[in-house]
Amino acid sequence: MSFLFEAGHRGCAGCCDAMVAKFVLMAAGEDCIVISPTGCLEVMTTPYPESSWGVPWIHSLFENAGSVASGVEAGLKALGKFEKTKVIAMGGDGATLDIGMRGISGAFERGHDMTYVCIDNEAYMNTGVQRSGATPFDASTTTSPAGSESFGNPRPKKDMPAIMAAHGSPYIATCSLGYPKDLIKKVKKALEVEGPTYIHAHAPCTTGWGFDTSKTVEIAKLAVQTGLWPLYEMEDGEITSVKKIGKQKKPVEDYLKMQRRFKHLFTKEGGDEELKKIQALADENIVKFGLE
Amino acid sequence: MAVIRDLNKDKMDVVEGSYAVAHSVKVCKPNVISAYPITPQTHIVEDLSQFMADGEIPNCEYIMVESEFSALSALVGSAAVGARCYSATTSQGLELMHEILFNVSGMRLPIVMTIANRAVSAPINIWNDQQDSISQRDTGWIQLYAEDLQEASDMTAQAYKIAEDKDVMLPAMVCMDGFILSHVYEPLVLLEQDLVDEYLPPYNPELTLDSKNPMTFGAFADPESYTEFRYLQQKAMNNALAKIEEAASDFQKVFGRYYGGLVDEYETEDAEIILMAMGSVIGTIKDTIDALRAKGVKVGLLKVRSFRPFPVEAIHNVIKNAKVVVAIDKNISLGLNEGALFTETKASLYNTSIDVPVIGRMIGHGGRDIPVSTIEKIVDEAANVMKSGISVESQYADLKEELL
Repeated sequence: MSFLFEAGHRGCAGCCDAMVAKFVLMAAGEDCIVISPTGCLEVMTTPYPESSWGVPWIHSLFENAGSVASGVEAGLKALGKFEKTKVIAMGGDGATLDIGMRGISGAFERGHDMTYVCIDNEAYMNTGVQRSGATPFDASTTTSPAGSESFGNPRPKKDMPAIMAAHGSPYIATCSLGYPKDLIKKVKKALEVEGPTYIHAHAPCTTGWGFDTSKTVEIAKLAVQTGLWPLYEMEDGEITSVKKIGKQKKPVEDYLKMQRRFKHLFTKEGGDEELKKIQALADENIVKFGLE
Repeated sequence: MAVIRDLNKDKMDVVEGSYAVAHSVKVCKPNVISAYPITPQTHIVEDLSQFMADGEIPNCEYIMVESEFSALSALVGSAAVGARCYSATTSQGLELMHEILFNVSGMRLPIVMTIANRAVSAPINIWNDQQDSISQRDTGWIQLYAEDLQEASDMTAQAYKIAEDKDVMLPAMVCMDGFILSHVYEPLVLLEQDLVDEYLPPYNPELTLDSKNPMTFGAFADPESYTEFRYLQQKAMNNALAKIEEAASDFQKVFGRYYGGLVDEYETEDAEIILMAMGSVIGTIKDTIDALRAKGVKVGLLKVRSFRPFPVEAIHNVIKNAKVVVAIDKNISLGLNEGALFTETKASLYNTSIDVPVIGRMIGHGGRDIPVSTIEKIVDEAANVMKSGISVESQYADLKEELL
């Protein structure tokens, strides 16, 4: 079977970016243009003269995918080619929540008809697992390492979907590569809705998080089942659908203990207290989004 | 030699420089304009906004971005789908674009951008010098410098012609001195739509982002291929040398006006002293030369229109028979104490048989006025060099010692 996102790229075994990209293009079909900022996705798919992209694709810089996508949309409109071609920006959490924030904010405020997909693996993986604004509380990264005086990253994740909702986006959805059908359905919907739409895809990174390469999907599911990564849709700022956890609900330890980045919580004195704080974050989500 | 004034006098309007440039952009039929306001570029984008509001630029999208960084970034996307693109900026705005300037050139996107030249912070200063664009000299953009409003206006159409040439495909900056040109009213001929249509063909790129023929733009290049991309950019710059000359002579055929190609000359034929400069100071220098010639001083002017590509051969042809050359700069390379035109002219003479003393004088920084007396002082110093050799190679010609 041939995919628009071709095999043979240079991603790690079990790579989350490759999976999300493949699912997004399954949803989008051939008639789209993809804009990617600097990151794993860009580097592993386009070593000149090779390319994994079966659709038109452009990389510009780390911090300007939102702006470049604005230009692609405006250019297509001016040339009378916009009608069917979908404009999709797809980048990592560093390029989305941190360095690229201004460009995305500008694009959404101006109302360009495009879909921005954040592939959130919760750190600057391409650069060597440094902390980003999407790194979760207590995760150990190379710039927020656990140590004698530290339990890792001291702050919770930036709530990017809420920020995008505040821009007046007509459609925002969180999704996970652990639930591909849900992801594809939401991307399709985002592409159909007129205006700037946002997809935040949770994407466990085998290398950065430290788990066996066969476990990417299992870990992604656990993030959802513990309540740490709620799946929901927002239309015009209101939550309109939520994926219930129900009987599948799991304690956060089940998710955390499989990952090297949280190893210190289980070995270090005081780790129990930290685990309780993380469980509280999950419980808060369960109440806030009505996941039960 | 420039051929400007006598033609089309009946067609002249008195307009602001910024308006003239905005009008030129309009008749070049851009598809996407993206810019962020910054003094003294602002009037250009305001006039373009009004043209948009009045429906005067068909098939065009104006993206009102949140920063200069996004202004140029957006045009990367637009140019890549095949749109003719325009932006304008200056000073801090241009410096904010720095990273994308390389990107546009490396991706061979022929975006045209007006620079209303202005000093850079700190100290903050909104007035004219050319430090902003000169600081971007290695980004792979063609840089053209205009002498007056008519040239800034006409150069805009020429820039598209050069940038979009299949043998070039490089972005181009049209540099005009901020305020001195951007905010001044002068009589000029606004570009006529029918003549522009004759002069400038529609932009029709060979490669675009198109889902019917998918391509990858901006792939990463490892050490095995990166050098060759740079080599090809330089080759395109070399090709641009002839295309800049062609664009100027083709322009003359259609519009009747000519300002030189890569360079222009004024009273150089028998000149012992040749002043070199770029931009609006050319006018003051010409007036000074007229006065000095009347007194029998053999002084001439080499106007440099293209700073990138740097027209080595054209410059050598003009200065080779002079007895002394002065490069006048509105910029400084800190740590070298030289302006860029001086440094590069000097460097270009290395390993040639041309043996002419060259000195550099920096003037007009942060908008300091350049009266005729300053140019006269520079010519006096040049005359001394002729007699007794170089005493000071490079210095500020208008430094106020009392402020130090």
